[in-house]
Amino acid sequence: MSYQLTRRAVLAVYAVLVIVPLVVVIFGSFKTSQDLFASPFAPPTTWRGGNYQKVVGESGLGVAFRNSVIVTGLSVPLTLFVASLASYGIARTTGWKSALLFGFIVLGMAVPAQANMIPQYVQFETFGLTNSLLGLVLINIVTTLPIAVFIMTGFLKTLPKELFEAAAVDGSGPWRTYRSVVLPVSVPSLSATAIFLFVIHWNDLLYPLLFINDAAKRTIPVALLSFQGEFLTDYPLLFTGVVVASAPIVIAYVFLQRYFVAGITAGAVKG
Amino acid sequence: MSTTLKPASPPEAPTLPTPEKPGGRNPMAAHPALWLFPVPALVLYVTFFVIPTIQGVIYSVTDWDGFSPTAQFVGLDNFVTIFTSDDLFRNALSNNIKFMLVVVVFQTIFSLVLAVFLSKNSKSSVALRSVFFFPTILSSVSVAFIWKFVYDPNFGLINSVLEAVGLGRFQSAFLGNDNQAIYWVALTQVWFHVGQMMIIFIAGLQQIPQELYESAETDGASRWQQFRHITLPMVAPATAIVMAYTTVQSFKAFDLILGLGGNPPKSSLDILSTRIYSGFANSQFGYAAAESLVFMALIAAITWIQRRAVKASNPDA
Repeated sequence: MSYQLTRRAVLAVYAVLVIVPLVVVIFGSFKTSQDLFASPFAPPTTWRGGNYQKVVGESGLGVAFRNSVIVTGLSVPLTLFVASLASYGIARTTGWKSALLFGFIVLGMAVPAQANMIPQYVQFETFGLTNSLLGLVLINIVTTLPIAVFIMTGFLKTLPKELFEAAAVDGSGPWRTYRSVVLPVSVPSLSATAIFLFVIHWNDLLYPLLFINDAAKRTIPVALLSFQGEFLTDYPLLFTGVVVASAPIVIAYVFLQRYFVAGITAGAVKG
Repeated sequence: MSTTLKPASPPEAPTLPTPEKPGGRNPMAAHPALWLFPVPALVLYVTFFVIPTIQGVIYSVTDWDGFSPTAQFVGLDNFVTIFTSDDLFRNALSNNIKFMLVVVVFQTIFSLVLAVFLSKNSKSSVALRSVFFFPTILSSVSVAFIWKFVYDPNFGLINSVLEAVGLGRFQSAFLGNDNQAIYWVALTQVWFHVGQMMIIFIAGLQQIPQELYESAETDGASRWQQFRHITLPMVAPATAIVMAYTTVQSFKAFDLILGLGGNPPKSSLDILSTRIYSGFANSQFGYAAAESLVFMALIAAITWIQRRAVKASNPDA
């Protein structure tokens, strides 16, 4: 049947287009430039870890990796915390004030980071928050807050009212309800949002590029970008950098795929 | 998607009898303290997002260099320059539009085709979906480095393969060719995000009632006719989302351009976001702030036009 044939051919070709470059990168990270250029698709004849030593040690990607772990490790939970608090407040109140609050925060999604980065830089500079990992954590929270509030408020509004009313009847104040009802019930939504934030915060280039001058405070994407000047066309080193930079996300993807798809797609479907 | 974001079964409501409502409060009404919960978010958002946005508008009517304590008010001069005599801005805008057109057309079509082929939840489809989705999770810089090698004129994957199969005459300089460079970056962007858009389409396709296809089948409709008259109109809401998202994404392709085109990128790869960044790097804060506002307005306008167009073409959607 020609439909099935077309389908298989298209899928096979596209699978090759996705998989082959990735395999070339992984193999290449163990090769020398000569080996890579001579036979880019072949597995390395010997699996030499020299590129990894060089990239993590000398080129400072190790330090950048640590910085990224710190920044992402703080940004994701803090964004979730601040956004879930706000979402709970918005979802449980009614009337025009609540709607206005929601609209005001969510409007932030319409402002592209590249359009806001210059005055933000000035503001962070004023507060002494440039060239600091704390500054990066703050900007991560602020820039992803609107979408996180959007996703989580949408989720909380789907919960049955009786859930909150039962807690209130039981004498639970809003704070206790937040901790012992809202958070446990929101685990699926929080996880998907966490993954979404993890990918954005870990991969963000714009703000660290803008805010950080000190090489010791670079995060992974900035350090990686600086490779292109340093190593020009030493592709095996670039590839090694790519593998190191992507490792945490790829490992998470393997184990938490469902949340990746849910989270990243929820981020896209913001209406 | 919303389907996967379903709440876990809620924990059982507390059963302890507590006859007295605290403070005689009606449990059905919102507790006033609930208004305090958005406060931390609001403080951060206003301080580091809203105030800067407003400041940006103020900078845009000055010639501020970013350092001097004072700046000259220049009225709308910056905007006049942008629209009448800034060739760099015009060049960046034109690159941005070329980039957008290629990305929107190819990404929408490819992701829809892949979604149609993978919409059934068979084992192989689910596996392929996760392969196609994979590039989305990488950083733009990583994707840029991978494709730098794919496109390398001397050692790159495409030229090597062309050489090996005797099609050496089709070899190209890719990014080195100023007339084509932006299109090659656009194709990289498609590779990067097509899987994400495919997932949105699959969610849309799975909501189409199967009976529609069954009755079309009995009426003798061909696969193409089914696609044209059932799939396409029914998936229109997803198409609208994909196109809007892709457009906005394509305007923000900052990281990919810097990764493939260097920092600052050469003029054949300069887009609006990299132009604004250059303005920042060159201490033209006021001017770059004006460019930022134009940039923002442009994205808003395109999104709005698209929405209208999608609505007009699908009155039922």
